[in-house]
Amino acid sequence: MLKRILIAMVALVLAGPVLAQGGPLRLTITDGVIEPLPFAVPGFQAENAEATQVAADLTRLVAADLSGTGLFREIPASAFISTHSSFAQTVAYPDWRAINAQALITGAVTVSGNQLVVKFRLYDVFSGAEMGEGLQFAGTVDGWRRMAHKVADAAYSRITGEGGYFDSRVVFVSETGPKDDRQKRLAIMDYDGANVQFLTDSSALVLAPRFSPNGDRVLYTSFGSGFPRINVLDVATVGTRQLQTAEGEMAFSPRFSKDGSQVIYSLANGGNTDIYRGDINSGASTRLTSAPSIETAPSLSPDGTQIVFESDRSGTQQLYIMSANGGEARRISFGDGRYGTPVWSPRGDLIAFTKQNAGRFHIGVMRTDGSEERLLTASFLDEGPTWSPNGRVIMFMRETQGEGGTSSLYSVDISGRNLKPVSLPNGASDPSWGPLQP
Amino acid sequence: MTFLTKAALIGLIAVTAGCTRPDRFGAGTNGAETAVVAPPVAVAPTGANDPNSPLFFNQTIGDRVLFAVDTATLTQQGKAILDGQAGWLQKNADYLAIIEGHADEQGTREYNIGLGFRRATAVREYLVSKGVPASRMRVTSYGKERPTQVCSNESCYAQNRRAVTVISIASLS
Repeated sequence: MLKRILIAMVALVLAGPVLAQGGPLRLTITDGVIEPLPFAVPGFQAENAEATQVAADLTRLVAADLSGTGLFREIPASAFISTHSSFAQTVAYPDWRAINAQALITGAVTVSGNQLVVKFRLYDVFSGAEMGEGLQFAGTVDGWRRMAHKVADAAYSRITGEGGYFDSRVVFVSETGPKDDRQKRLAIMDYDGANVQFLTDSSALVLAPRFSPNGDRVLYTSFGSGFPRINVLDVATVGTRQLQTAEGEMAFSPRFSKDGSQVIYSLANGGNTDIYRGDINSGASTRLTSAPSIETAPSLSPDGTQIVFESDRSGTQQLYIMSANGGEARRISFGDGRYGTPVWSPRGDLIAFTKQNAGRFHIGVMRTDGSEERLLTASFLDEGPTWSPNGRVIMFMRETQGEGGTSSLYSVDISGRNLKPVSLPNGASDPSWGPLQP
Repeated sequence: MTFLTKAALIGLIAVTAGCTRPDRFGAGTNGAETAVVAPPVAVAPTGANDPNSPLFFNQTIGDRVLFAVDTATLTQQGKAILDGQAGWLQKNADYLAIIEGHADEQGTREYNIGLGFRRATAVREYLVSKGVPASRMRVTSYGKERPTQVCSNESCYAQNRRAVTVISIASLS
């Protein structure tokens, strides 16, 4: 019952303009609010004294994950009638209905040494039934945030019928220093900006990292030699090596193939930039484009058969799709302005892009045939979209203008709603969202 | 302000390096042997007055050319500067050049790398057409990563859309 209502609601949200409360239909690109679904999450029960703090922290993070989507609204504990202090306790549905909680999440936490066990249950309050089986996650106390994200992913997934994205990481470029002396380092973070770890020092300029499909490696462009070259970094060991490419003056814009064994990249030679595909170990490469223009920013379709990329062969940057083996390309962007940085959605149905028009930058999405273009954001400089693992959220970089201009990361729903910054200690750019962690 | 200070510092370093390197006075290429035959200091012009000095190249001739938005076409003014660069490079055959292409911030990162590369290549091709051997030059592009001017309007953008010829005696490899 609850599930059906929610799916209908989510579908409506994604369809774009939603019925406003008695008002006319209206879609605001940079801002927007829908009526989110109310849920209650009483403090997770600490099953032993050591678990008290982490149980409280976990509960808050589960609530923050769900509320942060903009699809759910937490009912504050001060409104609760039922206390639900025990995980095993029978749910007093009327008490939760009375405060209009549609979903109820309960949990219990045990700590022994550095071991953490989290149990949780999800209830459909108005149907008076549990949604799915209770789940249990085991991990380390240090990794408590991941446990919370897993609980929130399970709740999100059960309620919406979609995959989650909270237990995922993002690789990005961390930035410090003034605009004319900016220091850039590769860094990795949880999807919500927590647990930032640096992967490189600032001795070499680094750009545009991309996660491998399973999140074990990162491809990026490094100016270590003064000339752009492609490096591959092992996330676990933080070991890095320069990739062999076809012979050329510069190599940049690398992306993994779906199985992680190949790299699609741009090679620059004799003033011309084209797209190549190479073996990640041997470097043996095939040229995929041969136009006398700039071909770059490739992105593979989820089934690996097609590549969307940008080219200025028509005179300005536009988006094109070709076979993953190269050959004839068809243009898909025809609106006003310039289109770049296309990224194929994990569902395969949409392409996210950066659009530059009339002195403003936008993040937008279009169908793979170029139809139904929708702009989700607008600012002085928005650039470089990356998809959440479930294809429902886009993260990107926003840079402010002027002498003190800085970069930061933002996320937005593909509906254009729930635009918000990712909280980070330093400037940040070029996010690449990795997979849901196992 | 920061930029001016830095440029001045780099200039000073270049002058110092020029004075202590014997090959700056045309006495040969092997520093260890020619150091003893240093010419009379009073006669040798120094710094920006020495037409064979790096400072003369960077400041008097001009080490950079500018471009219009989203183009890599050399302007007449740019060609005049490059004529001077070509002459200098031919007279100073022991110098190598790295040509760095740059773009302003109005563009996406990877496209701007390609655009900067196009600009740097346009400079190299012009210098080759004026007789500088291609083997003495390499090109690279920083896209929009290394602005010299930080404001967000055309007065700064115009200065940032550039190709800079960076000369050195060091090996190109």
